[in-house]
Amino acid sequence: MKILVCISHVPDTTSKINFTENDTQFDTNGVQFVINPNDEFGLTRAMWFKEKQGASVHVINVGGPETEPTLRKALAIGADEAIRINTPATDGFSVAQQIATIVTEGAYDLVIAGRESLDYNGGMVPGMIAKLTNSNFVHTCIDIEVEGSNVTAIREIDGGKETLKTSFPLVIGGQKGLVQESELRIPNMRGIMQARSKPLHVKEPIESANNTTTLNFEKPEPKGAVKLVDTVDELVSLLHNEAKVI
Amino acid sequence: MSVLVFTESEDGKFKKIAFEAVSYGKAIADMLNTTVTAIAINSSNTSELGKYGASRVLQVTNNKLDNFNAQAYANVVSQAATNEGAQVIIITSSANGKYMAPLVAVNNQAGYVANATNVPESVSPFKIRSTVYSSKAFAITEISTDTKVIGLAKNAYGLKENEVSITSEDFTPNFSENDFNTEVISVNKATDKVTIADADTVVSGGRGLKGPENWGLIEELATILGAATACSKPVSDMGWRPHGEHVGQTGKPVSSNLYIAIGISGAIQHLAGVNSSKVKVVINNDPEAPFFKAADYGIVGDAFEVVPQLIEKIKEFKAQNA
Repeated sequence: MKILVCISHVPDTTSKINFTENDTQFDTNGVQFVINPNDEFGLTRAMWFKEKQGASVHVINVGGPETEPTLRKALAIGADEAIRINTPATDGFSVAQQIATIVTEGAYDLVIAGRESLDYNGGMVPGMIAKLTNSNFVHTCIDIEVEGSNVTAIREIDGGKETLKTSFPLVIGGQKGLVQESELRIPNMRGIMQARSKPLHVKEPIESANNTTTLNFEKPEPKGAVKLVDTVDELVSLLHNEAKVI
Repeated sequence: MSVLVFTESEDGKFKKIAFEAVSYGKAIADMLNTTVTAIAINSSNTSELGKYGASRVLQVTNNKLDNFNAQAYANVVSQAATNEGAQVIIITSSANGKYMAPLVAVNNQAGYVANATNVPESVSPFKIRSTVYSSKAFAITEISTDTKVIGLAKNAYGLKENEVSITSEDFTPNFSENDFNTEVISVNKATDKVTIADADTVVSGGRGLKGPENWGLIEELATILGAATACSKPVSDMGWRPHGEHVGQTGKPVSSNLYIAIGISGAIQHLAGVNSSKVKVVINNDPEAPFFKAADYGIVGDAFEVVPQLIEKIKEFKAQNA
């Protein structure tokens, strides 16, 4: 089984979100970048397949050289090889096209991406890769089991979950549930040392067109201060008369 | 030339987000001087869509589509869009909508923006606003393709009545075998409860409630408000409540009208998942709880005293306003 895990390089959740250059660029000043949390659940599940079922696990990122520490971290967690497509990730479709090319070339059976990235929240890359590579697709995937060519996946749906039967080639948009938070791995010294000598291939992008262009960002109006009330009578009256939500 | 709106339904009944998507589609159609065509799969009462501005509805009836299937549903929408020559395709950014929209975008060579919050800033060039960074910012994105797929953020536009006369016709899409490669074998779903996704109000509990045995308070408050119940991450990690109730960055997103957080301190990861709720109420005994900074209304007090009072007060209120 050949697995490709898509790793998005995103600002840590606690980062201050600011923009520079007339609000056209994300301000990376003082921001720590991490493996996108949804991708990390998927990467950890991939490690399980590596250890229990002998899968090979490659990781991929579309981005500039600044994303390499994040890929090295994925190698330190246990991925065998990393690929970086050397182009900034500016549009979901072009990112999907870059990754789809690698999926086809490398004949991967399973592509694990996160449900969405912490920055753009679009959740579009996994589905687009699936469509571009004619693969099956399970989004918001919270469990996956593989037995020969049969794949059983569980998907979170509104108010519950559903079990799906599918097959390779397969793309999943993963999230918490693939593994639990307590099962996430912190790279140990041995892993970090090994990661230094694992292959990190830098590939030049294929030609692709952007379908969308982010022109600029805006921050929401600052929120007014909380209205603290002393009694539930006041609260109910405000919710009814002022907020009009009950 | 038209605006095509995918209308989500469950057990044959339209969801509220279907009417919201049509309302939104009508506003965009007006900007483009065109009309709204809705596409409905296994739904009854399609004439309801006229109330929100759909002039035509394409009805698909096929028992293979009883369970949601992203691949097949995407192909239905794509074929309808091609037949209609749709310029804009609207699919709500719900769980199912986000599953199928990227497939539609690839099928129709369309640029796609998810989580849109407003009608386009302009239609030529086509510029649209959406939430990014867990609703901590907006992005203005230009879509340069002829066909555009817009994912409308749930509860961002609201329902707007705009009655037009509506005609309905049957639509029979073509499927390939590959469309059914991923097959639902079982569904495990509570049918008697309001889901977090559909709820107008969500009542959520955190560690401040001290243990699962105290969740009766949360459930009672939710029941009288017709709300869904939710919880913070530590609560689901400790197994006090099922994982499906966990809201926050790695859990379910909430975009309800009213979010009531009880005994939740408001870690940044939790706030990331609830930012797009309209009105947030916090009940916490710690006046320094970070959630108060993100809330609209707050009571500093012991949940075990405040919540029972709140339940009584809302019962009284409901009785008076019934």
